[in-house]
Amino acid sequence: MRIAPTLTEKIAKGMLMLACASAVASLLFVIVFILAGGFRHVSWGFLTQPILDMGRSGGIAPAIVGTFLMVFVALGIAAPLGVASAIYLAEYTLEGRATQAIRFGINCLAGVPSIIFGLFGFILFVVMLGLSWSILSGGLSLAAMILPTIIRTAEEALRSVPAQYRDVAASLGATRWQVVTRSVLPYALPGILTGVILGIGRSIEETAVVIFTAGSAVQMPRSLLDSARTMAVHFYILAREGISTEKAYATAAVLILTILVINILAYTLMHRVLRGRRAV
Amino acid sequence: MEIRDLWVRYGSSAALRGISLDVLENEILGVIGPSNSGKSSLLLALNRMVDRIPGASVEGRILLDRQDVAAIADVQDLRRRIGIVYALPIPLPMSIRDNVLFGARLKRRLDRQEAQAVVEGSLRAAFLWDEVKDRLDLSALRLSGGQQQRLCIARTLAVRPEVILFDEPCSGLDPISTAKVEEAMGELKSRHTLVLVTNNTKQAARVADRTAFLLMGELLEVDRTEKIFTNPSDPRTEDFVTGRFG
Repeated sequence: MRIAPTLTEKIAKGMLMLACASAVASLLFVIVFILAGGFRHVSWGFLTQPILDMGRSGGIAPAIVGTFLMVFVALGIAAPLGVASAIYLAEYTLEGRATQAIRFGINCLAGVPSIIFGLFGFILFVVMLGLSWSILSGGLSLAAMILPTIIRTAEEALRSVPAQYRDVAASLGATRWQVVTRSVLPYALPGILTGVILGIGRSIEETAVVIFTAGSAVQMPRSLLDSARTMAVHFYILAREGISTEKAYATAAVLILTILVINILAYTLMHRVLRGRRAV
Repeated sequence: MEIRDLWVRYGSSAALRGISLDVLENEILGVIGPSNSGKSSLLLALNRMVDRIPGASVEGRILLDRQDVAAIADVQDLRRRIGIVYALPIPLPMSIRDNVLFGARLKRRLDRQEAQAVVEGSLRAAFLWDEVKDRLDLSALRLSGGQQQRLCIARTLAVRPEVILFDEPCSGLDPISTAKVEEAMGELKSRHTLVLVTNNTKQAARVADRTAFLLMGELLEVDRTEKIFTNPSDPRTEDFVTGRFG
């Protein structure tokens, strides 16, 4: 017997809705759980004071500074490098064996566990280049870690730009570079930004790479060559060594909020740019 | 323009097989023919957009003011001299003003007055000025299809081409928008040379001074439009224009 298509439709719709609802619910649960547990212990002092007694008391100011500096270094290197590589792959090369091999390699790298990048960063930056455990080593290693993701998403975003936009620009006398910068990039911006934000998220939440390459100093860093810990590392150490559950939750809450704020800022900025260009 | 023994190949299949044809100054040359007859390949070859297609090759000579286009080193300059308007309107995601100025700004910066003059002049010539003059900063994506196509014409005009190629410019437009585009073409030929590729034989009959009929990559005949539509030399042309095939 055949089930009536209208009934199948109802069942399918119900199942899909259920799947979506459970996914959203579990995410919300995690976030609400952390925020509710953490925010009770977050105060102005917690955000501005130094880490005292290995984190048992005091605040997380050095970890906040360490986080931002390291993400800043990672992004400052990986974003331009990644977008430039993506532009070269998508706009300047013909699809062939070589590009396929490169794309395959990038996809593999994007799936490599972060600890491998930690080890790589430790050997190359900390030991061989003599940068020791520092924000610079950490930022460089994080850059290597997020680079494949940024290249991949940026290339995808560039390839999703309709070919006609390129034709129109070229037919009006644009060089290849002008085609890219004036016609293709503005259109691909939202997709590229998504990749960059993914990269920010991954570097903020990363622990393994940071412990291997930036150490876990509790002092306020004074230069990029100082060792420092990020909020994620701080949280990891607090929780793992059983130093202070309260402070761990509070750190996690601040971490989640930071990621949220960065996302909102990035997308607002993008919309303002697009609207300024009357692109919508 | 003079086209001599022009071949266009994509890999091993030939889209144009040795075409020779003149495009006279300040005329509208209509190019008709069934699909796959090589009409669009002809346009792509004229402003060397075909260079951008991997695997495409061109043989033969195309002369623009007695200069071989293949020998022009600055292909961007060639494309400014031979503009093209595509089948579907493709406004870039930016304001109406920025769309018009897109090509003009590629070469150099324009000061405010100059820019305003280019915008107004081009939009007037494309018969769009009166409809958009109060909202030049609106996104071009908000215009109707017919308006968008005239915007694309204005954008092409803004780089001051000598020749303008139209690749089935009205295939997505309603009759009223089509009439406006055709009106604009009629005006443009006083200062430009126009090549109009069209699937709509009636459109060629309405606006073209001379019409060329292509079939399977070969030029069957080119003559005054009245002659092509009333008394063609080749029976296949007659079959096509009377709608017996195509």
